[in-house]
Amino acid sequence: MSAAFAPRPGAAPVARMIRAQAALETRMLLRNGEQLLLTVVIPTLLLTLFSSVDIVDTGKGKAVDFLAPGVLALAVLSTAFTGQAIATGFERRYGVLKRLGASPLPRWALMTAKTCSVLVTEVLQIVLLTVIAFALGWSPHGNPLAVVLLIILGTAAFSGLGLLMAGTLRAEATLAAANLVFLLLLVGGGVIVPLAKFPDAARSVLELLPISALSDGLRAVLRDGAGVPWGDLGILTGWAVLGLGAAARFFRWE
Amino acid sequence: MCSAFSGAPAVEVHGLVKRYGNKTAVDGLDLSVATGTLTAVLGPNGAGKTTTIETCEGYRRPDAGTVRVLGLDPVADAMALRPRVGVMLQSGGVYPGARAEEMLRHMAALHAHPLDVDQLIERLGLGGCGRTAYRRLSGGQQQRLSLAMAVVGRPELVFLDEPTAGLDPQARRATWELVGELRADGVTVVLTTHHMEEAEQLADDVAIVDGGKVIAQGSPEELCRGGAENSLRFSGRPGLDVSALVKALPADCAAIELTPGSYRVSGAVGPQLLATVTTWCAQHGVMPDRIVVERHTLEDVFLELTGRELRS
Repeated sequence: MSAAFAPRPGAAPVARMIRAQAALETRMLLRNGEQLLLTVVIPTLLLTLFSSVDIVDTGKGKAVDFLAPGVLALAVLSTAFTGQAIATGFERRYGVLKRLGASPLPRWALMTAKTCSVLVTEVLQIVLLTVIAFALGWSPHGNPLAVVLLIILGTAAFSGLGLLMAGTLRAEATLAAANLVFLLLLVGGGVIVPLAKFPDAARSVLELLPISALSDGLRAVLRDGAGVPWGDLGILTGWAVLGLGAAARFFRWE
Repeated sequence: MCSAFSGAPAVEVHGLVKRYGNKTAVDGLDLSVATGTLTAVLGPNGAGKTTTIETCEGYRRPDAGTVRVLGLDPVADAMALRPRVGVMLQSGGVYPGARAEEMLRHMAALHAHPLDVDQLIERLGLGGCGRTAYRRLSGGQQQRLSLAMAVVGRPELVFLDEPTAGLDPQARRATWELVGELRADGVTVVLTTHHMEEAEQLADDVAIVDGGKVIAQGSPEELCRGGAENSLRFSGRPGLDVSALVKALPADCAAIELTPGSYRVSGAVGPQLLATVTTWCAQHGVMPDRIVVERHTLEDVFLELTGRELRS
């Protein structure tokens, strides 16, 4: 290996860097047992259990028609918010973000890669949950484009909030808070419990949560065959602007 | 391609000041690193070594002073510098769940002309743990992976922050060898260390940092020659009259019996002093055994300059 180390510096093409980074982040996520519990096991269990056993009164119609859109919203929440917050919090804590900050990968490309990794994971979740829902007798309606739009805006909203948490709190605090928020939104966000069950005052507040907007919007399209749920899209856009803006402003890399 | 401007320094720091709150970590530091050399930044804990290096790496903005790396501003020109500069952090920097080989391949993928990853893994003795998750690697393996990550992109300049901290002697040798090869192949190396031996063995240039300033800079030889005294040791029969020996020596010399039969003369040791000591021995019927002229080590210079008391 003579003159093996002779300098020959250069950055890889940015598309290749993003692809490599996104692949690595996705592998890290799929390899992490706790993350899989959150992103795959819990949504799957909730969907099968609550569809086959009549625990919660989900209103008129088949339970799965109510639950499937809610669980899809939960899947987006688990990956874009909880999973991303915890992973990024520990990357910050272990100096991964710092080290990548000295590599040729630009920050915007790192964030792009993270988003790609979140979207790939969501596609895997959605495919799995859809197959299970069909097996449980799900009959979805509506405009697929409205569904895609809702999921993308929901992802943006949850990513902003997750990154805000990861970039400002200690990793352990992020871990605890992200799980707590996941649990609270699971119960109070119209995922498995219809918001109609809550008192009017609480309900009008809960309806403004991003998870409620996403589950309500998905349900309006997939169960009721509504067109584009503008109100829910508006709420998600508001959270996305707020969350991403605050994350961009307050995120600390070290 | 990198030695085209070999006349210009690879790193130039002038009057660098960096404060954290009301604590001044770096206090008017000057440092110049010639292209193609290996410079060791030596200093006690808290001297300002890491802050200085991390300012050069673009992680911190100077409160005062200027920093130029390869002629560029580490913060403003970060995107131009990053592919050209290799960085080894003091700790961390790897996904805890990533495997050693996976992480190194990833760093390679971010560069246009990376080194052969398999050879590098072999070279650093990481072959046996390529499939092991980072968090399960030993401290020494983590250090070597971090070093590999710094060099895999074929940089023209590398900053290594305590590259051998926590390594066993074999791993330290392996790291020294690799660092020596980097330099031989034309890579400019800046490393921080507490190990005098490391600086003495590897460095063309040593900068001793204390209290946020460079208090001495030069080649190990220059630093060892300057200022400090040398000493001469010999063995003889126990209980020699040391005070009589001192009278025979020049005024600024001292002599003591360290342990019975083992003597040390300290002062400006030269041919004349050596002759004086052996003459005195001959006159007193002493056969001086094992005469050793002790060269001043970098450690002596370091302790002399930075004081012997423990730092809090």
